[in-house]
Amino acid sequence: MPSLQSLDIAARSATTTPSPSVRHTTEIAKLIDESKCIGCKACQVACMNWNDLRDDVGTNVGVYDNPSDLSPSSWTLMRFFEVEVEKDKLEWLIRKDGCMHCAEPGCLQACPSPGAIVKYSNGIVDFISENCIGCGYCISGCPFNVPRISKVDNKAYKCSLCSDRIAVGQAPACVKTCPTGAISFGSKEDMSIYAEKRAGELRERGHKDAGVYDPQGVGGTHVMYVLKHADRPELVGLPKNPSISTMVGLWKGVTKPIATALMGMAAFAGFLHYVMVGPKEVEEDGEHKSEKEQA
Amino acid sequence: MSDAKFVERYTPKERGNHWIVALCFILAALSGLSLFQPALFFFSSLFGGGPWTRILHPFIGVVMFLFFCITMVRFWKLNRMTDADRKWMKSIKDVVMNREKNLPEVGKYNAGQKYMFWLMVVCMWLLVLSGFVMWRPYFAGWFPIDINRVAVVVHAFSAVILVIGIIVHVYAAIWVKGTLRAMMRGNVSAAWAKHHHPGWYREISGK
Amino acid sequence: MTNSWVDIKNTDLVLIMGGNAAEAHPCGFKWVVEAMQQRKAKLIVVDPRFTRSAAVADTYAPIRMGSDIAFLGGVINYLLSNNKIHMEYVKAYTDATFMTKEGFNFDNGFFSGYNPEKRNYDKATWGYELGADGFVVVDDTMENPRCVFQQMKKHYSRYTPELVSKITGTPKDAFLKIAEQMGATAAPNKVMTILYALGWTQHTIGSQNIRTMAMIQLLLGNMGRPGGGVNALRGHANVQGITDMCLYSEVLPGYLGAPVDGDVSREAYLKRLTGKPLRPNQMAFTQNFPKWHTSQQKAWWGDAATKDNDFAFDYLPKKDAAYDVLHMFDLMFQGKMNGFVCQGFNPLAALPNKKKLSAALAKLKFLVVADPLETETAEFWKNFGPLNDVDPKQIQTEVFRLPTTTFAEETGSFTNSSRTLQWKEKAADAPGQGKPDSEIMARIFVKIREMYRKDGGKVPEPILNLSWPYQVAEAPNPGEIMREYSGRAMVDLMSPIDPKNPKEPQKVVVPAGQLASFAQLRDDGSTACGNWLYCGSWSPAGNLSARRDNSDPSGLGVFPGWGYSWPANRRILYNRASADPAGKPWDASRKYISWNGKAWGGVDVPDMRPNAAPEENVGPFIMNPEGVARLHAIGMAEGPFPEHYEPFETPVASNLMNTNPKAISNPAARVYKGDMEAFGKASEFPYAATTYRLTEHQHFWTKHARSNAIVQPSPFVEIGEDLAKEKGFKNGEMVKVKSNRGEVRAAVVVTKRIKGFDVDGKKVHMVGIPIHWGFKGVTQNGYLANALTPYVGDANSQTPEFKAFLVNIEKA
Repeated sequence: MPSLQSLDIAARSATTTPSPSVRHTTEIAKLIDESKCIGCKACQVACMNWNDLRDDVGTNVGVYDNPSDLSPSSWTLMRFFEVEVEKDKLEWLIRKDGCMHCAEPGCLQACPSPGAIVKYSNGIVDFISENCIGCGYCISGCPFNVPRISKVDNKAYKCSLCSDRIAVGQAPACVKTCPTGAISFGSKEDMSIYAEKRAGELRERGHKDAGVYDPQGVGGTHVMYVLKHADRPELVGLPKNPSISTMVGLWKGVTKPIATALMGMAAFAGFLHYVMVGPKEVEEDGEHKSEKEQA
Repeated sequence: MSDAKFVERYTPKERGNHWIVALCFILAALSGLSLFQPALFFFSSLFGGGPWTRILHPFIGVVMFLFFCITMVRFWKLNRMTDADRKWMKSIKDVVMNREKNLPEVGKYNAGQKYMFWLMVVCMWLLVLSGFVMWRPYFAGWFPIDINRVAVVVHAFSAVILVIGIIVHVYAAIWVKGTLRAMMRGNVSAAWAKHHHPGWYREISGK
Repeated sequence: MTNSWVDIKNTDLVLIMGGNAAEAHPCGFKWVVEAMQQRKAKLIVVDPRFTRSAAVADTYAPIRMGSDIAFLGGVINYLLSNNKIHMEYVKAYTDATFMTKEGFNFDNGFFSGYNPEKRNYDKATWGYELGADGFVVVDDTMENPRCVFQQMKKHYSRYTPELVSKITGTPKDAFLKIAEQMGATAAPNKVMTILYALGWTQHTIGSQNIRTMAMIQLLLGNMGRPGGGVNALRGHANVQGITDMCLYSEVLPGYLGAPVDGDVSREAYLKRLTGKPLRPNQMAFTQNFPKWHTSQQKAWWGDAATKDNDFAFDYLPKKDAAYDVLHMFDLMFQGKMNGFVCQGFNPLAALPNKKKLSAALAKLKFLVVADPLETETAEFWKNFGPLNDVDPKQIQTEVFRLPTTTFAEETGSFTNSSRTLQWKEKAADAPGQGKPDSEIMARIFVKIREMYRKDGGKVPEPILNLSWPYQVAEAPNPGEIMREYSGRAMVDLMSPIDPKNPKEPQKVVVPAGQLASFAQLRDDGSTACGNWLYCGSWSPAGNLSARRDNSDPSGLGVFPGWGYSWPANRRILYNRASADPAGKPWDASRKYISWNGKAWGGVDVPDMRPNAAPEENVGPFIMNPEGVARLHAIGMAEGPFPEHYEPFETPVASNLMNTNPKAISNPAARVYKGDMEAFGKASEFPYAATTYRLTEHQHFWTKHARSNAIVQPSPFVEIGEDLAKEKGFKNGEMVKVKSNRGEVRAAVVVTKRIKGFDVDGKKVHMVGIPIHWGFKGVTQNGYLANALTPYVGDANSQTPEFKAFLVNIEKA
């Protein structure tokens, strides 16, 4: 997970002042077309090969999802859903899971370590691992349950959208590898247009609820889906209206400045009290000095 | 004892215990604040950087909590609220303004101190329970993310309240001259005791 | 494939049946996706399971394993009864009008001529009626009950939708909906393609499965057309190349029939295999067989193959029996074969009935395994607990292991399913002492030749005289080998002597050197060519398989400058049929080749004599002596019309297509002694099982690769929710699957994707068994799935019946 100056950092965790922002790069997006995905897992293998990650060889736990969950070494994986939306009409929905690269990233908002999570001006949300302190706040902050902390180094990991490849004009490894063209990559604008076109084509084909998943609750995402059942994203394990949890908002939003101010004010109030009202002193004879002064 | 210039307020064990809790509190507060408020992240340097701060904070917290428990058991009974306490609280304005003439008689602890005690008890428990839920890498994974999210908020809120409480607590010790000695040396002047805690003074001196 | 991968994008309807393209061919599947998006093509998947292909399909229907002919026969019946056939095509390009012989009939499961003792047919009554002129008698009205069309109609009228549904377990309405969609492509401007793989071949009726589909494609007029064809998706990057180059006992390279015991002379051999037109004006391309064969002999024995010694015909072995792998292992099992060289092959995992295979290998004196990986076969003698429970002390077989390179560690060409040769350079050196297979073979050959030279031996000539012109004898260069099989003229080839002007001096038509095409081959010993189909792949212009021109001027996915497709760089076989009899393309949106008044031309290399005017009625199926495609095919072992037979292990007691207890399963399939007894009965093994592959793995290779192991780590079997409930299985727990031959243990995946079948009112549950695990590799170890599978093969190709057998299942 490299830190790429060339990508221009638009936002930085635990940092309230603006980042250098004179340069702008085009906002990018990855589009995953569920209707073209055959669940071959080539994207998983490409991801592990490009990023030099190798997860453990696990075991079959009764499903095709392998590894069975995201992990510090598995930044993307296929999730398989057997659903019968219409009676007796089985659908095997397959979704590539991974970081959504939110425009308003909950992880970044929650992160206490300056510069451990950055958002580039092209929209990528990247973990700068060397700054990660392993507190796991990003996990609490993420509306999509994506980051995972390594048991080995206690750093958080997730999909970088191949920020290193994009920095040099290459598409992410998963996009490059996808054999059926189910994953496309380009500017957010182009991808949004293409996504709507695909959704329209799918509706024409008979998937009447087809649509685009680009949730506005997190300001839109830089990983979007064309879903066959866009009205029910929970069928494929996606939150219907994701947003940064109220809890997290409360915690890292208003609480932070108010609480800090309160603590500062408490201390200052003491000082003021001391200089304005003064201390309570007791004379050896038992008389109260302040009382005497007042008297 | 009755004629002594000083009367014992805290045993050496009580003082030791208090200062262990106090030290832990300072460390926990500094490390905690560095993780809570980016503006205070520099406190993490005191602990060897971000990761060390993250590692140490919960252990400090646990030590603080364990020693606090001893304090808690020890002082539990003494901090029961009475009718007099409630009356005292109604005159808090007078207390703050150092007008003490018409205040009800105070025992070993005045109502303010008692409230502080209970506040600490509540905050400490909230902190340790919520801290457990968010403690990485050991226990956080046992809980669903929604519970983690509640925990971080509870932890932050109770910590802030505790910090403010402790500021009041510390200031009170500075404000009321002669108090610090109770925790440093274990005793207070008889005059101090008679003045601030006449009920208690009568109890221990029989006067 | 008759067509190509890219050509799938030209279709209107994709049928995936007998295969699972999305799972097993994810890269090629992109063209299905392309057709669906760009041409709005529909995708139909018919499979026992709801597969990954089904996940993206428009229509899915279940089918019981081994009942494909019933389904497809039902489709033929539907097409014929509803007049959903491309009549002009059928009349002009198939044998529908041909008269069959008197005496041909089909009765209660048997065609005429059956011999129950030998389990084979005397085909005397099969085939066409010939007239006095030597040509087939035709009935253009197609009304004579003896014409192929009427015979076919009669045969398939028995395949009613009701009966189809009873046999296959496919709901009747689903079957009819699919038949209707297929029937719609009978329109001249509609085309359907079919993608199949081992789901059709690995049956005792495998070849007939494919033939039934070919008949449907002919009736719909979809053969030889862009977006059509019958497309076999080959298993790995070069399995087409292996087939073309031949590692089978049945054929020589280029599908030239191998000499048999009865071929007492070259003359007799050539006579048997040289075609002769069965209808006027037909190309009957196999007329050229002597040229192909003689050139092959010249490539192999060079100067030692002369006219005087019949071009070294006697050097060739004349086989007395089939020597397919099932036969070889049966010989081993009987102790009649003592040594086995096993190259790029892991038979202990890849052939059926592991118990028998293991016992067979244990009887060998020596076993040589040349492979880049540690295969189960190489360690068959080692005890791996219950996974390979053998006693090494009892096994005396000496095993030699020769490490080879992998595909990425050697230079050469791949031939893919599209028949396209693509040259590639090696990407890395092999680790350790790994050597290319060609070098290993060359070293062994040079050593053996030396021993023959020194010590003599019986019939030394084929070895001593073998042409071995390579610069480094121990390590032939892949380029040298390719130039050799592509072929060359040893001398300048002259024009034939003009009988009218015998004095006219002959002209040089082909200068000595590499040949451009198999049309230049001669049978007089002046040309040498290792494989006529590949002739011209290394032409005078150089190595055409190394071409990488990715332009596609027609937009029809032809890419004529990319690599080299056999034959003659032709991308769609029989492409003459893409145009109507007058030479005009059937469909304006897919103009492929056409007659311009003087010659054939178009975007691909026409599969037709360039100057054959439409009036000559030269049929597009030039390899057949009749020039047209066969609805009635006598080459098949079990009958000229495909007929439904049950798998040898069937969950149903009878074949609903007949009442003949001898014709429940393929009456012409070969069954060895002891194997019939090893078949299980439904009473003891009530569940229909099948084996299959998963997209995450390639056969038994990638279990040695960490990345693949991560994404599909450990063995499992799949069952439906009903069966799991009946058995009380929890998802993911360990179960034991048993057949009459062995057992495997694996985790159970309980899924909605498997629902079992309603067969003639009886519920048949299904057990799915992915195959990829063994006792070597970096995945979790597992049982070899072929501990379960039956030792019986297709009656024509001897491909084992891995796709339909019986098991029982219980908690482990």
